[in-house]
Amino acid sequence: MEFFQRKRRNILPGFGLSMGYTVFYLSAIVIVPLSMIFFNTIPMGWEPFIHAVTAPRVLASYRLSFSTALFAALFDGGVGLLTAWVLVRYQFPGKQFLDALVDLPFALPTAVAGICFATLYSPVGWLGETLTKWNIEIINTPTGIVVALIFIGFPFVVRTIQPVLEEVEQEIEEAAQCLGATRWQTFRKILLPHLFPALLTGSTLAFARGIGEYGSVIFIAGNLPMKTEIAPLMIMAKLDQFDYAGASAVALVLLLISFSMLLLLNAVQEWQQKEYR
Amino acid sequence: MLKPQPPESAPVVKKRISDPLPVQIVLIGLTLLFFIGFIFLPLGLVFAQAFSKGWEYYLESVREPYAIEAVKLTLTTVAIVVPLNAFFGVTAAWAITKFNFKGKATLKTLLDLPFAVSPVIAGLIFVLLVGSRTPFGSWLGEQGIKIIFSTPGIVIATLFVTFPFVARELIPLMEAQGRDEEEAALTLGARGWQIFGKITLPNIRWGLLYGMILCSARSIGEFGAVSVVSGHIRGQTNTIPLHVEILYSEYNFAASFAVASILVFLALLTVGVKVTLEKQFQKNSFHH
Repeated sequence: MEFFQRKRRNILPGFGLSMGYTVFYLSAIVIVPLSMIFFNTIPMGWEPFIHAVTAPRVLASYRLSFSTALFAALFDGGVGLLTAWVLVRYQFPGKQFLDALVDLPFALPTAVAGICFATLYSPVGWLGETLTKWNIEIINTPTGIVVALIFIGFPFVVRTIQPVLEEVEQEIEEAAQCLGATRWQTFRKILLPHLFPALLTGSTLAFARGIGEYGSVIFIAGNLPMKTEIAPLMIMAKLDQFDYAGASAVALVLLLISFSMLLLLNAVQEWQQKEYR
Repeated sequence: MLKPQPPESAPVVKKRISDPLPVQIVLIGLTLLFFIGFIFLPLGLVFAQAFSKGWEYYLESVREPYAIEAVKLTLTTVAIVVPLNAFFGVTAAWAITKFNFKGKATLKTLLDLPFAVSPVIAGLIFVLLVGSRTPFGSWLGEQGIKIIFSTPGIVIATLFVTFPFVARELIPLMEAQGRDEEEAALTLGARGWQIFGKITLPNIRWGLLYGMILCSARSIGEFGAVSVVSGHIRGQTNTIPLHVEILYSEYNFAASFAVASILVFLALLTVGVKVTLEKQFQKNSFHH
C-alpha cells in the first residue's frame, strides 16, 4: 500500500503517549501473565519437567491433539478451497447468504458448537442414528474431534483464499486457454500454484487453532483417558488437582508448538510476498 | 476481517471464462452438502432442541433466575472488556500506523499473540498469576480482593482472549489510509486531539465498530478461558456459555439449547452486521 516509500519523518503528535500505553497494556494483559508459564516451569527442574510432559497420558493427548488438528486442517484445506472457488467464480441464488454464513464458526460460541455436534452425532441424534446403523461411530472417538475442528477451522481457509482468488487476472487464464490448455490443466498448473501460499496459510491457521481448541471438542470427545483426551483437557485435569507446575509444563509444550506454527506462517508469508511482488 | 474494497472501475463487460455447467453444478452441490452438514443442521438442531418441550418451557428456561444471572454477568464482562480493548486498539493502531520506529514488526506479532494461545492456557496464566495459591494472589486475598473464581478473573481472562480484535481490524485499515490527511491537518494548525477527532476517527469508524462487534461476540462466547477462572458457581460466576454447559451436563438438553439459542441468535446477528458494514464500507470508499 505504501507507494514511493521514502524515509518519512514522524511529525504527528502523540507518539510517546500512544506507544507508552500500548507497551504498558500489552505487558499487563499479555506478556506478564504469559511469562507465568515459564516462571512456574523453571523451578521444576529438567527431569520432573520431562517426566511431566512424557507421561503416557500426556503424550497420548499431544498425539491426539496434533493428529486431529492436522486431519481437520487438511480437510478444511480441500473444502475451504472448494467453497472459496464456488463463492468467487459462480453465480447462483443464495450465494451471498452462504458467503455470510462462512463466518458463523468465528461468531458462534465454541461451547454451543460443541453441544450441537455432540447431539447431532449421538446414537439417537439426527445423523448419529443412521451412522450407528452403518456401524460408524463418531461420538467419543477421534473422528468426532476432527468433525468439531473442521467446523472451527473452516472460515480461516475460505477467508484467506477468497481475496487471492478474486485478484487473479482473467488474462492469465485466457492465455493458458489460447495456448491449448484444458480447464483442468489451467487450474492445476496456473491457478493452484498461485493459490497455494494462501491455502497453506489458511490451513496452518486452522491447524494452530485446532491444537488449542477446547470448548467445541470436549462435548463430542467423551474425554476417555489415553483415547480421546485432548492436550488442553490435560491442563484442565492438572489444574483441578492443583498441580500448577504440571499444568504449566504441559502448557509450555503446547505453546511452543503453537508459536513455532506462527513463526512458520510468517516465513511462508514472507516467501509469498517475495514470490508475487 | 473487514476488507477495504476498491470501487469497481468502469463497468467493462467482459465474459469471464467459466467452468462447464455440469462441473459448476457438482461443485456447488458439494459445497451445499458441506454447509448442510456443518452449518445448517447444527443451527436447525439448536432450535429444534430448544423448542422440544414447547414454547413455555423455552421461556421458562430463558427466564429462570440462574439464566438471568448468567446473562447479567456476561453483559457486565462485555461492558468492561469491549471499551478497554477498543481504547487499546485505537491507541496501538495510532502508534503503529502513524509513526516509523524500530521493532514495529515485532510489536505487531506480539499483538497477535493471544490468538496463538489455547483458551485453557489463557485461563491458566491468570490462575498462576493471581490465584489464591500464588504469592501475589494470597497477598491480594489478605487485602480482601478475590480475583480467581470471581468476576474480575472472568474479566481479565476475557480481556486477554479478545485483546487483538480491535487492533487487528484497525491496523491494516489505517495503514491503507496513510497519514497524509492527518499531516495536512497538522500544517493547517489543528491540534492532536482535533486531528484524531475530526480526521482519523471518522475515517476508521466502521472498522472500529466492526472490531468492537467481534470483540463483543468473542467476550460473550468465550468458554475455555472463562471455564478455568470461573469456578462455576451458579448465580455468581456463571457466564452464559458456562450455564449452557452445566445444563447440558445435567442432561437438561431442552433448557441448555434454549439458553444456547440466545447465543446462536447473537452469532447470526454478528454475521449480519458484518455484511451490512462491508456494504457501508464499499459505499464509503466511493467518496474517497
